[in-house]
Amino acid sequence: MYVNPADGIPRMAKRAFKKAALIDVLNRLKERYRLYAPVRQNDMTNYQELASGDQADFSASNTRLSPKSFMHPQSLCMFAFGTDKGSDQAGILREVEKDLPRSVVFGIRPCDSKAFQLVDVNFNTPEYQDPWWIRRRQSTTLVGMACNSPCSTCFCTSVGSGPFSPDGLDVLLTDLGDDVVAEVMTAWGSEVLDHADIRGRATDAMTEKATALQQEAERSLGSLLPTESLREKNLNALFNAPFWDDVQFACINCGVCTFVCPTCWCFDVQDEVRNQQGVRVRNWDACMYPLFTHHGSGHNPRHQKLQRVRQRFMHKLKYFVDKYDRGVACVGCGRCVQQCPVNIDIRQLFRLMNDFKG
Amino acid sequence: MEAYTEKIREAAQRLLKENKVDLVMGFQRGTIPMMSQPVLIRKANEGERLHWDSHCGSNLANYLPKRKERIAVVAKGCDSRNIVVQILENQIRREQLYIIGVPCLGMIDRRQVLGALQGREPLSVSETNAHLVIQGKGFEEKLERSLFLQDNCAICIHRNPVLFDELVAEPVPEQTEVDRYEDVKGIEKMTADERWQYFRELLGPCIRCYACRNACPMCYCPTCFVDESTPQWLGKSIDPTDTTTFHFLRAYHLAGRCTDCGNCQRVCPVGINMRQLNKKLEKEIKERYGYETGRSIEQRPPLDTYRPDDAQQFFK
Repeated sequence: MYVNPADGIPRMAKRAFKKAALIDVLNRLKERYRLYAPVRQNDMTNYQELASGDQADFSASNTRLSPKSFMHPQSLCMFAFGTDKGSDQAGILREVEKDLPRSVVFGIRPCDSKAFQLVDVNFNTPEYQDPWWIRRRQSTTLVGMACNSPCSTCFCTSVGSGPFSPDGLDVLLTDLGDDVVAEVMTAWGSEVLDHADIRGRATDAMTEKATALQQEAERSLGSLLPTESLREKNLNALFNAPFWDDVQFACINCGVCTFVCPTCWCFDVQDEVRNQQGVRVRNWDACMYPLFTHHGSGHNPRHQKLQRVRQRFMHKLKYFVDKYDRGVACVGCGRCVQQCPVNIDIRQLFRLMNDFKG
Repeated sequence: MEAYTEKIREAAQRLLKENKVDLVMGFQRGTIPMMSQPVLIRKANEGERLHWDSHCGSNLANYLPKRKERIAVVAKGCDSRNIVVQILENQIRREQLYIIGVPCLGMIDRRQVLGALQGREPLSVSETNAHLVIQGKGFEEKLERSLFLQDNCAICIHRNPVLFDELVAEPVPEQTEVDRYEDVKGIEKMTADERWQYFRELLGPCIRCYACRNACPMCYCPTCFVDESTPQWLGKSIDPTDTTTFHFLRAYHLAGRCTDCGNCQRVCPVGINMRQLNKKLEKEIKERYGYETGRSIEQRPPLDTYRPDDAQQFFK
């Protein structure tokens, strides 16, 4: 056990390997685990199960889509049932067994692993434990890759994470150029490094270099977005703030921001039946869509675009803050900033909401 | 481009000051390079927010249907043709509109530029008539503007607004030597199996976020068929049958109505070129009825009218 001088967080051990051996490392892990890593797909990079280590591509600052689908798949078949009235099994839900072998997500960014911790508060609470989320969380080891060069749209340090934050990770890797330092955070992480045959100790010089890279990366993110007043803001005043009208105009109410967001967890449950065989599926849904809040009665409490746009930002920057007292429901990955087709920038919402007088 | 911005601001301020319109729809400068944001201006002194550059690819006609105010709207060639269709379809009245026309040299495809930079991040982008100058950490790159246009702009044959109350500049030359259907012809040549495989791969990455639909100025149905719940016509998962059905049905619903403004492809978070479906139908309409969408508010679209001499080869 040692304490990282840059952030004061204790790590179990630090090891190192030659970057040139990265493909071999991945190939060794593939023998043991179901292995996922960023892979180039046309003009974007996304997580994909590796067929071989040389497919992985760690050059992108982050993947276009977030890794949330590892724990919260876009369409998850939960139960199956029959509808044949003649059968005594008609309408009885049987859980669909899932093949969940030990998996490794290799190269995940610290913002995205932090997101899993934030979403835990929804799917894994003292009252309710969502088995689909929890089993995936438990069967997945997260090997993180520190961000040496955060993007200009990144703001992880403003929201309690950081380009080298180990939050939620089992291992944190730092790319030093020729060498890669591996800081072990958990026993799962230690096991993965053992299977990858990464046993060499990181030298003091490597640790120093990693610390310097961390400081440089954190410095490059610049000044922090304001969040300190969000909690004390009057909820109703913020809800009725005049700026929502201006913010919502450009929004086209597509779901891009919510679908690329690593912390947007909302879903809808649907039964799909074909030839007397049915499945109960959990699908991503989004507060951007009118149907999301459409009541069976026909009434819709959020029938206007303004209400839906406001919901997204109020949930992330106010309701979540008030309810859980652990900061905002945003990890600063910047995906929505990059992908919003009409440039609605959540960083401006931080300022508008935090600095609102009223 | 600065001259365009000046003219747009001047027009907006004049129209608001003289109480000719209640509001002006235009663009303001974005918070990241190569992005702009649609904005609504109600007061003359806010006119300074308006901005124009080659990153105003959004289609402002998308914000018009069912509005009641008197509106000044900034419109490129394609946007103006969408406005024509909306007038023909009674979504907005001509008398409500003051169209500030923008002769357009094509909008920049941000993703193509990012691709060319190979991971280097642009921190500022400026432009001349022929070039984009991109600056980032430790680099400066000059790219030829014409090589980085949106796909639809590269084959656009109506760059000048067809309907306007004033133009912010002299009309630009129209492109005449372009084949709008090169890719469509390639798909037509495929066998049915190959084509099916092609469509499955084309639409495979879709995450059903519906950004394409919501960005489309012609997708203004009060309730889209994919959102109908009593009965529900379409599954909500990412089953390929449902995804394919969504894209095909949407394309058919746009037959003779799509102006190829490219907003659907521009907004797609996973880069699907669903325009190929729309272009096939555009080509059919053109070949069968000699009709190009949105050229004139005097001519009814072929699919909402009947002429005895209409092409009828589909009657078997």
